[in-house]
Amino acid sequence: MSLCLSGGRVIDPASNTDKTANLYIDGGRILSIGRPPSGFSPAQTIDVSGQVVCPGFVELSAHLREPGYEYKATIMNECRAAVAGGFTSICCTPDTQPVADNASVVEHIKQHARRARSAKVYCIGALTRGLEGNVLAEMHALKESGCIAVTNGDRAVADTSVLRQALAYAASCELAVILRPLEHWLGREGKMHEGAVSTRLGIPGLPEAEEVIAVSRDLILVEETGVRAHFSRLSSSRSVALITRARRAGVPVTADVALANLLYTDRNVGAYDTNFHFYPPLREAKDRTRLRAAVRKREIEAICGNHEPHDADAKATPFSLSAPGISTFDTFLPALLSLVNRGVCGLSTAIAAVSQAPSEILDLGAGTLASGAPADVCVFDPDLQWAASASNLRSSGKNTPFLNQTLRGRATMTLVGGRVVYSLGS
Amino acid sequence: MNIQLDKHGRLKHFLSIEGLRRELLVDILDSAERFAPVGERAVKNVPLLRGKTVVNLFFEPSTRTRSTFELAAKRLSADIMNLNIEASATSKGESLSDTLRTLEAMNCDMFVVRHQNSGAAEFIANQVASHISVINAGDGRHAHPTQAMLDMLTIRRAKQNFEGLVVAIVGDVKHSRVARSEIQALNTLGVAEVRVVGPKTLIPSQVEALGTKVFHQIERGIAGADVVIMLRLQNERMQSALLPSAHEYFQAYGLTERRLKLAASDAIVMHPGPINRGVEIDSAIADGPQSVILQQVSNGIAVRMAVMAMAIGTQAIAGAN
Repeated sequence: MSLCLSGGRVIDPASNTDKTANLYIDGGRILSIGRPPSGFSPAQTIDVSGQVVCPGFVELSAHLREPGYEYKATIMNECRAAVAGGFTSICCTPDTQPVADNASVVEHIKQHARRARSAKVYCIGALTRGLEGNVLAEMHALKESGCIAVTNGDRAVADTSVLRQALAYAASCELAVILRPLEHWLGREGKMHEGAVSTRLGIPGLPEAEEVIAVSRDLILVEETGVRAHFSRLSSSRSVALITRARRAGVPVTADVALANLLYTDRNVGAYDTNFHFYPPLREAKDRTRLRAAVRKREIEAICGNHEPHDADAKATPFSLSAPGISTFDTFLPALLSLVNRGVCGLSTAIAAVSQAPSEILDLGAGTLASGAPADVCVFDPDLQWAASASNLRSSGKNTPFLNQTLRGRATMTLVGGRVVYSLGS
Repeated sequence: MNIQLDKHGRLKHFLSIEGLRRELLVDILDSAERFAPVGERAVKNVPLLRGKTVVNLFFEPSTRTRSTFELAAKRLSADIMNLNIEASATSKGESLSDTLRTLEAMNCDMFVVRHQNSGAAEFIANQVASHISVINAGDGRHAHPTQAMLDMLTIRRAKQNFEGLVVAIVGDVKHSRVARSEIQALNTLGVAEVRVVGPKTLIPSQVEALGTKVFHQIERGIAGADVVIMLRLQNERMQSALLPSAHEYFQAYGLTERRLKLAASDAIVMHPGPINRGVEIDSAIADGPQSVILQQVSNGIAVRMAVMAMAIGTQAIAGAN
């Protein structure tokens, strides 16, 4: 169906566009911004004046929990929550039960995602069998079944020789590897950043060194094996410095930061608030400052939400026993806008970091409103205030620090492949 | 807002020293002084908590703390029930919340809680019905506030007041809930200086932020100290990546007569117990004239009586209103 989104503020970082204009869509693809092609007459025109029209968001790390953890969330429900939050593409992690280390699990996920008929779901396969860090996963088969990358997720590969072989093998399969840097031995015990707050609370600490050592190690192996690598969720200032230096030296790596690490520090843990139990941990103010600067300067190109929906029991325990992570699909946009409002970066940079950049990192062919691109579009009202409550959050996971808070900014319409998959209030 | 206090600032739960005012700590000490003589009488109880039910809820093994809480409750005429959860429900897969609901249904008035996870006492206080008081008997590495207060009582009895005192805490500060609570109590009560002494492997990151000076040599750390508190070294730490051996630990950090001479001439020596003779402390010191280790034990009962009475008293006022 042909469509015109009329009168919105169109922001397309890929083409450096930020202007009030109409957006024309036909056959599931973007036709043009501004003037329609001659003779084109849209079947439907939707007035979006006062709203922002931008590429749909691309989530690099979504834990969809299925198969195996359906009591936390299901693919069907989370895909619908995603589009209600402005996401049009989501990359799902392999930490399911069973682990997505073989084609049949990947097929299962893809089948459920198709039935949801909302966001596009891309599977990230396991780097090692069962994510156990001992034996390589069947990466060739994973690629054949459609995986766009492989990762060991939040499970450290303790054995450096296994990691080296895994990266070399992934390079042969021409598969990108997503690395969440973690040095196994230093990371075994900790539940939050090691520092003054962990000392006061008596919670075992994760020293900054656990991440920085792993970044150093992984960079060396990436350079040696020539694998296409992406570093996921950097949390410390020294990691940023290492990545920046490697890139200047020509190592083709990319990186993202989790939105939580741009918003909070370890002080937010306060009195054992399990909604601030994150992995990687929230670190100190100096780290947050450096991460924010890296986003502003595009030294780190992407921001991810790291969507981790949990059942209520997973958080209703003493801090160290609670499951890390928060549910982000519903509140990602207003949280991102709060960074823009605080002057951390411009709106266009923020949008690029959650659409164009992640799409380019995994070569998804989305994240832009260029003519001919898939019409994956997010329309949002940057000033719409709304109260987040357990009843209006669409994700099954209500585990978010934004619960019962008034937020500013909300997606009002989401299109995937030119089809309206979400519209606020309907 | 401090969940330990009711809206008038009275003690409702006793979870941590953090956030409590000096006056409240002094109230606890004064109240403990009034309870201390009860244990010396022929009839060792008072009817303050008659008809109240106290549950010792221990998720981690303990002999001393549990038995002094039990004795304190009995001297206040409460009914007491001991539950060793490590050996019961949770090993059958029951969640902590379910265990609490079950106990609530038995109409208990107070939980004395020990748990291996930091913050567990606070979690439990947030979960239970509002008429129940929670006393922290040790949570992970976080806090052991009654131990800290019995130590404060011992110090006050020996030194009369806290102003001007230099206190050295020696040993495994990193894994010690006792040390954290003592540091907070000493600073709140206004001592001149709190020192922590130990190898870097046993001193937690940025402990200075809690108001301490860090020393890695015991000779410098206890020089001129008025109070020397030796911490227990857990067996599993004696030979690990933290320390090469118990023998070497004693060589480097053990309290000997020679070292104690470096402290103030009237310094007192404390230890939360149980002591490892020849590991943290020389027997001659533990049994010597400067040791107040056994006074600590007696003071523990009085302090626990005081805290239980205060918390239940606050609840009684809330119930009457």
